[in-house]
Amino acid sequence: MDFSFMRDTFLQLITGVPLTLNLAFTSVAFGAVLAMLLALMRISRIRILDIIARAYVFVFRGTPLLVQIFLIYYGLGQFRPTLQEWGLWSFFREPYWCAILALTLNTAAYASEIFRGGLQAVPHQQVEAARACGMSGFLLFRRIVFPIAVRQALPAYGSEIILMVKATSLASIITMMEVTGLAAKLISQTFRAVEIFVVAGAIYLILNFVITRIIMAIEWWLSPHLRRPPSIEPKLEAAHV
Amino acid sequence: MSNAALSSVSLPNGVSSVSSSTPAVSVQNLRKSFGSLEVLKGVSLEAKEGDVISILGASGSGKSTMLRCINMLEVPDSGEIKIGGEAIRLKQTRRGMEPADQSQVDRIRSRVAMVFQSFNLWSHMTILENVIEAPVHVQKRPRSECVAEAEALLEKVGIVDKRGQYPSHLSGGQQQRAAIARALAMRPQVMLFDEPTSALDPELVGEVLRVMRSLAEEGRTMLVVTHEMGFARDVSNRVMFLHQGMVEESGTPADVFGAPKSERFKQFISSHR
Repeated sequence: MDFSFMRDTFLQLITGVPLTLNLAFTSVAFGAVLAMLLALMRISRIRILDIIARAYVFVFRGTPLLVQIFLIYYGLGQFRPTLQEWGLWSFFREPYWCAILALTLNTAAYASEIFRGGLQAVPHQQVEAARACGMSGFLLFRRIVFPIAVRQALPAYGSEIILMVKATSLASIITMMEVTGLAAKLISQTFRAVEIFVVAGAIYLILNFVITRIIMAIEWWLSPHLRRPPSIEPKLEAAHV
Repeated sequence: MSNAALSSVSLPNGVSSVSSSTPAVSVQNLRKSFGSLEVLKGVSLEAKEGDVISILGASGSGKSTMLRCINMLEVPDSGEIKIGGEAIRLKQTRRGMEPADQSQVDRIRSRVAMVFQSFNLWSHMTILENVIEAPVHVQKRPRSECVAEAEALLEKVGIVDKRGQYPSHLSGGQQQRAAIARALAMRPQVMLFDEPTSALDPELVGEVLRVMRSLAEEGRTMLVVTHEMGFARDVSNRVMFLHQGMVEESGTPADVFGAPKSERFKQFISSHR
């Protein structure tokens, strides 16, 4: 192992981290919105919406992300005249936006199932209590259903975010110079695949270590009701009852 | 908790008054089926302002369903429900009866508070947040006013020191008292209690019943589905006994417990001593 070479490699690969994180978080953000929409369609009990959402999840969860990226980047290029006519070509011309689109569509499929599980696990009684207080529609969703569902979905959704950070490496094959893209370029220059991939893997490991800590912190912050109460309570007054 | 301590906290809201001739709750000829099972077969009930009505009956007699119909947690198949003289409008749809106007239902629900058997506090909110939730977000009252009122109510039910804790940190009796405070915070005209002590350990039943008794003494209108014969006999001013979806016996506690007309009610009393 040539450690000075690995240090140089590390310094070069680390310049790809902003793009890696950019791809991951942009697609997770868009994907979360789409996923919530799909999850609501699934539980809407409106047959046609349910079928559309099911079909979407089936297709995007059932095909490889790599294939989806290829189809969007190369496949849509075949429809260039039509896309130009619609004014969408400037979007699909960019590998960045193709990568974002593919990653977003893919994570939305997985996340919608996570959200659906969270929404369906909201205790019926707590929803009923809210109805009995005069809540309905969006107010009920915003104040009761959503906050409880998020707490239940967060552990699984944390895994999905980590999967997305790793999935950005596939964007390298459509010329994105994120961590893996830079690594591939370095290998073609030096032919030292082992050292370079060891460093690239370490960078992903560090990123995901930080992300898991952040998710754990959010979980901790959102779930005081699952922890033991503070043992010493300042007594306001003498005991009641 | 003594009654003197309870009454020393003045009602911040006062029981809002409908004109005394209008019944607070009027239920006419209520029918409800679940599938082929007819649970309510034409039940009627009238509660005047300040009435405390205990609704008794074996499990499956329809008593909880009747209570849940009053605030539309179950939608009746037919019959009429009036709250403070206002009839809840229903419409026929393909899936059966549904409320004609959700905003009317929401408005009525915010005047008819419900206390559940299993408390149903919102697990992600502290006790204080539970109590101010509906006043702030449904009734749109100023937050500071709601907090002050909520603290007075928590004081009244004896758990003001738990205001910053979460429901899962409280005992069943404390949770149920918090749920009663949550119901009171909406300044309801009518309070519905659906077997409020049935999920409690026996030693915790008393603390909840004491709070309910104090509410009755304040003159609140209460409909209480219960198995607590002591409460029905001593606190309520009317008792209803349901059997297989019909009112089998009804009257003042003295009448129905002193001289029950129905054989089934006699059996029911003797089995609930």
